[in-house]
Amino acid sequence: MSALLSVQNMTHYFGGLRAVSNFTFDVPEGAIYGLIGPNGSGKTTTFNLITGIYRPTEGKILFDGREITGYRPYRIVHRGVARTFQNLRIFGNLSVLDNIRIARHFNFKAGLFGSLLRTPGALKEEKKVREESMQLLEVMHLQNRALEDAKNLPYGELRRLEIARALATKPRLILLDEPAAGMNPKEVSDLMDLIRRIRDEFKVTVFLIEHHMKVVMGICERLKVLDFGETIAEGLPEAVGKDPKVLEAYLGKRGA
Amino acid sequence: MGKLKLPQLTLVAALLYVLIKVLSLDSVGALNGYFMIIINRSLIFVILTVSLNLINGITGQFSLGHMGFAAVGAYVSGTITTLVLKLSPDVVSNYPIFIGAIILGGIGAAVAGLVIGFPSLRLKGDYLAIMTLGFGEVIRIILNNIDYVGGPRGLLGIPKFSTFTIIYVFTFFTIVLIRNLIQSSHGRAMLAVRENEVAAELVGVDTTRYKVLGFVVGAFFAGIGGGLLAHLLQIATPTQYGFYASALLLVYVYAGGMGSITGSIIAAFGLTFLSQFLQLGFDSLSSITGINFGSEWTMVIYALLLILIMLYKTEGLMGMKEAKLLVIEEGTK
Repeated sequence: MSALLSVQNMTHYFGGLRAVSNFTFDVPEGAIYGLIGPNGSGKTTTFNLITGIYRPTEGKILFDGREITGYRPYRIVHRGVARTFQNLRIFGNLSVLDNIRIARHFNFKAGLFGSLLRTPGALKEEKKVREESMQLLEVMHLQNRALEDAKNLPYGELRRLEIARALATKPRLILLDEPAAGMNPKEVSDLMDLIRRIRDEFKVTVFLIEHHMKVVMGICERLKVLDFGETIAEGLPEAVGKDPKVLEAYLGKRGA
Repeated sequence: MGKLKLPQLTLVAALLYVLIKVLSLDSVGALNGYFMIIINRSLIFVILTVSLNLINGITGQFSLGHMGFAAVGAYVSGTITTLVLKLSPDVVSNYPIFIGAIILGGIGAAVAGLVIGFPSLRLKGDYLAIMTLGFGEVIRIILNNIDYVGGPRGLLGIPKFSTFTIIYVFTFFTIVLIRNLIQSSHGRAMLAVRENEVAAELVGVDTTRYKVLGFVVGAFFAGIGGGLLAHLLQIATPTQYGFYASALLLVYVYAGGMGSITGSIIAAFGLTFLSQFLQLGFDSLSSITGINFGSEWTMVIYALLLILIMLYKTEGLMGMKEAKLLVIEEGTK
């Protein structure tokens, strides 16, 4: 398997604080790749760097062999990288359907004047966007919620909506930031099925940050462990789980 | 769905037009010239308020200088038509030139919107508000100092092209076009910027583009409104387009509901009429009782009513909702 995402010697400072230190790794195409580590170890910063929210102080990020370092976030999305957030960022005042349609927007071909005048071409595009969005909502079992304001959805469905919205951008790689946070055991096992489906049915490579050990050990095929911005272990979940450095930094606290 | 709704809105607008026209006939006499002036002014304020709502309510930016765009429209179109009138005094045959001048005024304002839109990318909230306030004042002061357009006296002798029909048609198209925009994929991208800028970027929306677009389109229609106002009042002075007027538009947007075109229409109409009726009420109360209540109190009552609206309807009269007539399809904001 070739590397879909390749991060090379990435370092990032916040003022004098080194949040990510000389970080190098590859996410192979078709993998479910996990990034774990204690709070403050630089996981979300890594996601923010990959998706262009921050620009790395040093190092390079390649997606599908092409450099994306320093690109504006929306351009990185256009290349095929989507993400979800640890604390949801749903468009709460808009309908569930609109949340999805916005994510389909960059494939919208009609120009501004077409939309102003509602030309047949623009209306055809609108219809296509709506149909595709409804299909996606059906796959995600959210079709009955389509016309509701997103803010009225229960938490579990909001998480699903955010994943659906990320998938609506037709990505090749999806970054999930703690997708199981705040979920009950039933929701967690549904989520694990969903993540497998994203990879197997949507053919999207999954890169996730997670604290929930059942999720991490259950679905990740490869793990990377961070602590204080540095990689302390990498490999198969079973091996990483037994690594003494990892136990000390992270799992060790739980075992104690 | 969209195909059925558009004629419905057009039909209602046409009926309303006929109704006002009939009521204003001398033989009917229900709406005298005084009322028609208020109606014309209200309609222009609908254009200005709806266009400001596109910037503040839909795109989530903050403009305190909206009248600056209207001033550009007023002065550009006013200069063109006064010049043309000097060359050929036949007013009626110049209507196409007038329409062209109004649209050029809109384009001039849109260019100003583009200029102001770019700095807005770096600023948010209060800071953006201060910058747009400054922009409005800069426009006012520039106009004050250009002798060609009359300096502080203003541009005088603008031909009276803005009839009720002209204003009504422009208002109708402004509402329809802005509604079409809001309820399209482009409009949803603007809403996404308002809702959450980071999330908008990360679902592929070029937030820079849509912020600037909000300013440009909003400014264009403000320029149209300004042009119509100049050709209604037959004068354009820098003070007409100062901070006070911009703040008033902002009041209409908030009282009507951020992001609701329906709300902007109701507020612009309702509040213009309210202030006029209060004035009339005070005057007649004074003449009946013989006590001078002083018309300056109308502004106090007006302000109190506004405070009450905001207290009991925090999100404005309509919130973010639209009247059914303006909704193209369900589940769209």
